[in-house]
Amino acid sequence: MQPKERIARRVAQEIAPGMLVNLGIGLPSLVAGFVPSDAGVFFQSENGVIGLGARPPEGMEEPDLTDAGGGFVTAVPGAAAIDSAMSFGLIRGGHIDLTVLGGLQVDERGLLANWMIPGAMVPGMGGAMDLATGARKVIVAMQHMANGKSKIVRTCDLPLTSTRPIDLLVTDLAVFEVTQSGLMVMEIAPDVTVGDVEASTEARFEVCGDLKCMDEIRPAIAEVQ
Amino acid sequence: MKKPLSPKAVADLVPDGARVMIGGFMGVGTPNKIIDALVSAGKKDLTLIANDTALPGRGIGKLVSAGALRRAVVSHIGLNPETQRQMNAGILEVELVPQGTLIECIRAGGVGLGAVVTPTGLGTVLEEGKQVLEIDGKKFLVEEPIRADFAFIAARQADYLGNLEYSLTAQNFNPTMAMAADTVVAEPEHIVPVGVIPPDAVRTPASLVDHLIERST
Repeated sequence: MQPKERIARRVAQEIAPGMLVNLGIGLPSLVAGFVPSDAGVFFQSENGVIGLGARPPEGMEEPDLTDAGGGFVTAVPGAAAIDSAMSFGLIRGGHIDLTVLGGLQVDERGLLANWMIPGAMVPGMGGAMDLATGARKVIVAMQHMANGKSKIVRTCDLPLTSTRPIDLLVTDLAVFEVTQSGLMVMEIAPDVTVGDVEASTEARFEVCGDLKCMDEIRPAIAEVQ
Repeated sequence: MKKPLSPKAVADLVPDGARVMIGGFMGVGTPNKIIDALVSAGKKDLTLIANDTALPGRGIGKLVSAGALRRAVVSHIGLNPETQRQMNAGILEVELVPQGTLIECIRAGGVGLGAVVTPTGLGTVLEEGKQVLEIDGKKFLVEEPIRADFAFIAARQADYLGNLEYSLTAQNFNPTMAMAADTVVAEPEHIVPVGVIPPDAVRTPASLVDHLIERST
C-alpha cells in the first residue's frame, strides 16, 4: 500500500456514521475516498458547504460550488450552503465532530505546527487555527519523515497552530494517541518494527502493551458509538 | 430604487490608499467587474481585507499583480506566489489572521461590537501584543473589530431596491462584509424586479447596499 493511501485508509476508520467532518486540503482530503457514500457522514468545507460531494462530471461544473481549495465539487442530498460566519461558528463552537489536518511538525506534547516555515513558506493559517482549537476531535494525517528528518519532534520549532493538543496522529509508519503523559504508539505498519519507528522519530513515546497492526481489517468506518 | 452604476463609476469613488473589503473565497463569490475596473483605473496603496489573494490572474489576484495593494489583511496567500514575492520584497505588507477570527472581526465591525474574544491563536505567535482575558477560568485573545471604507461584494441576484440573495459557496464573506463598510457596492449576477426575491431569501437587506453594479457590462 502506498504511504498516503495507508494513512488515509486508517484515518477513515475513525469516522462514525452521522459525524460532521472537516478534511484539510492535501493528504487529509484523500480520507473521503475511504468513507462509503451511504455511511451518513457529512463533510464540511469551511468555505461554506456541509455535505460536500464528489467532483461533478465534466461540463457540469457549477462555478459557485467549490471546496476550500477552489476546486469544483457537488453537494449531496441533505447538504446545506452557509456563509463564513456560520462556517467558523460551527468550527470554533465545537459543532464539528472531527477534523483531519495535515502537519509540518507534531511534538511529544501532541502540539501541532502546520501553517508556516519562517523565511521559507508562508501560506497562512487559513482555517487551521480555528479547526485545531475548536473541533471536538483533531486528527493529524502526515508522512512520518520529510527530507530524511522526523516530523515528530521533541518540541515544535515551527510556530504552533494551537496550544490545544491533537487527539490522534496517523503516519505511514504508526498511529499515535496523545495521552496525558505524551505520545503512545497504538499501531504500527505491517512492514516496520517498533525499532524502525524509534529510529524515525525524534520525539519520545511510549508503546501500547496491546500493539496492533495498522492494516488490520476493521469495519470500513467505526461502529456507531 | 437604486440607480445602477458602471464598474468604472464605482472605481472613480475609490481614492488611492482606501481600505477595501472584497468578498470571495479563492475567487468564488468575488465581484470581478469591480476588480477589473480598479485595476484599469490604476489604483494604488489600497489596504485589502479579504479571505485570500486567490491566484495570479484570478479575482483579487489581479489587484496583487497590478501592484494596487500596499497592505493585505487575509487568512491565506498560499496559492498566490505573487503575493508571497511582493511580501518578501517588502512591497506588500501582509497581516495573516485566522479565517474564523477574520470573519468574526468583520462581523463585530458591522454589528457594533467592541471586540472579538476568541480562543483561536491563544499561546501562539498571534498572541504577541494582544490582550488576554480570562472568563470563567478560560483564557481568550481579544481581537479588534475590522471595518473598511468600501465593501465590494458579489451576489447571485439583487432586486431594484438592492435586496441581495447569494448562491451556494459564493456566500462566504459577502453577507458579513455588507455590514462593515462605509460604502457598500454589490455586483449581482442578475437584477430582478422588486418582489422576485422572497423575503425569506433576502440575506442582505437593501438598506445596507449603497450601490449596485449595472448588469449590462
